[in-house]
Amino acid sequence: MDSARQRALARICGQRLLQAAIVSLLVAALCFLLVQQLPGDMAFRIAAGRYGYDYVDAAAADAVRQELGLARPSWQQFAGWLGQLAQLQLGQSLVTGGAVLAEIAHHLGATVQLAAASVALALGVGLPLGLASGLAPGGWADRLTLGYSVLLRALPPFLLGLMLMLGLSVQLGWAPAAGHGEGGNLLLPALTLGLGLSGLTARIVRDSVLAVVQADYYRFARSKGLAPWRVFLRHGLRNIGVTVVAYAGVQLILLIEGVVVVESLFAWPGVGHALVHAIFWRDVPMIQGCTLLLAWLFVLMNTATDLLCLAIDPRGPAES
Amino acid sequence: MTPLTSRAWPQRLGYLLLAAVLLFALAGPLLWPDYAGQQLMRFLETPSLAEPLGRDQLGRSVIARLASAARLSLWLAGLCVLSAALLGCLLGVLSAWRGGWTDTVLRGLADGVLALPGLLIVLIFSAMAQGGFLTLYIGLALAQWVEYFRMTRARSRLLLASPHVEASRLLGFGPAHIVRRHLWPELAPMLLTMMSFGLATAILALSTLGFVGVGIQPPTPELGLMMTEALPHYSEAPQLLLAPVAVLALTLAALVLLRPLEVNS
Repeated sequence: MDSARQRALARICGQRLLQAAIVSLLVAALCFLLVQQLPGDMAFRIAAGRYGYDYVDAAAADAVRQELGLARPSWQQFAGWLGQLAQLQLGQSLVTGGAVLAEIAHHLGATVQLAAASVALALGVGLPLGLASGLAPGGWADRLTLGYSVLLRALPPFLLGLMLMLGLSVQLGWAPAAGHGEGGNLLLPALTLGLGLSGLTARIVRDSVLAVVQADYYRFARSKGLAPWRVFLRHGLRNIGVTVVAYAGVQLILLIEGVVVVESLFAWPGVGHALVHAIFWRDVPMIQGCTLLLAWLFVLMNTATDLLCLAIDPRGPAES
Repeated sequence: MTPLTSRAWPQRLGYLLLAAVLLFALAGPLLWPDYAGQQLMRFLETPSLAEPLGRDQLGRSVIARLASAARLSLWLAGLCVLSAALLGCLLGVLSAWRGGWTDTVLRGLADGVLALPGLLIVLIFSAMAQGGFLTLYIGLALAQWVEYFRMTRARSRLLLASPHVEASRLLGFGPAHIVRRHLWPELAPMLLTMMSFGLATAILALSTLGFVGVGIQPPTPELGLMMTEALPHYSEAPQLLLAPVAVLALTLAALVLLRPLEVNS
């Protein structure tokens, strides 16, 4: 590995690490703000949680306030809050009493399963459609994918999920509407999320293919007499890949947001579902944990796409 | 360019749809003002001439609730987008203008916000909101300003380094003139496109929150909330569910059609 490559690698990792640090700080600040503005006296609430509502008096609340330093100025409390986060002490769920880290680890598997299935589906549908329309712009496949992607953009994940639920499971009875653990349960959530992503994927692939096919080097390869498939494999694939992977990184936002919505719609026991329930119950440690995890996941996947881009195109990203 | 990008009819259709939704949201609440009155004896009443969409499970007028919900979605989303655009542009121009420390700090902040999918920001704020408009509004606006910031900053940096601006400066024109004559004409068209996109995102986020049950709280009518409430009565009164779905889908379709249909143009 030459030094330019190493420098690009180091730059990507450094930038993404910094981004992860800033986003953690941001989430911590938002959650701290959330705690601060919840109604009622926090010391009373914690004391009630410990001793039961019937046994709380002002003395007990004062003791808690002393012990946890709740009377300190808020910037000191915030510093303490950050210190805990830096040691990865995410605390305990206010509802179940379990450690947040363990709870989230429990949910993570389901989320990853759903996300992987939907991405596979989106690629499975989007790649061939995009290729077909990019190789024949203006043809029937092109018009089809354009209509398909516009339709899907007007159908947000929860509407699509609702329709699939009503159509496939209520009317036709092909798949269970919600739940987890049995074979067919993954079908509807993955279909909702995957179909939702496939429209944009198809258009992105189409645009990248078109840009490459119309490029001078591609046309030159064709005109010097190479067979079309050889030109595509040799000159097309790698160049198309860079753009598609780079755009896929942008699309990951849709994946994460979609996971949250689709999981709550289908009662899929993942991190997004846990997050929405934590918000119902104002369970701040869980809110913080889930949000942090999803944000880190997002940064991690973005790092992966950056590295993949670098692997496909060793020249590294163009300097802007 | 392919004939697909001759964007005459999709855009015209988009404007038409948007006008229809706007008309419904503005005139509907005047025609059917009572969206909260319950008449329990008339629950799940079938559509009639006076009540084109019937009544819901509590005997409330569905069309009145729908019109009110559409109005709420549009003005709240519009307000969010305007605020986000204003904040993003101000900070973007500031960042490009000042450079140095200001730029570094603002860019770092923007990078951090960018790593947090918008819906997550809105969700955290909805935990604070407890059904209130103000906090939801702040959350929605904060989730969107980064896009405007990045675009404005990138464009302004190029423009501010250009010979035109240098000439203006040498002639002694102040910042106000430079912003008005050099930056604004370049930025405005892009802002409009981004705002139609942002409007769709905000409306969608609002109804998603309502649907999941953590956004605007009942009895205020809201599109997503109406769908959740109508779900148990789907077999008896499907129009209860289909009406808000149709309004939401049409609004989003209108906003999608307004933009150029290509992904990267």
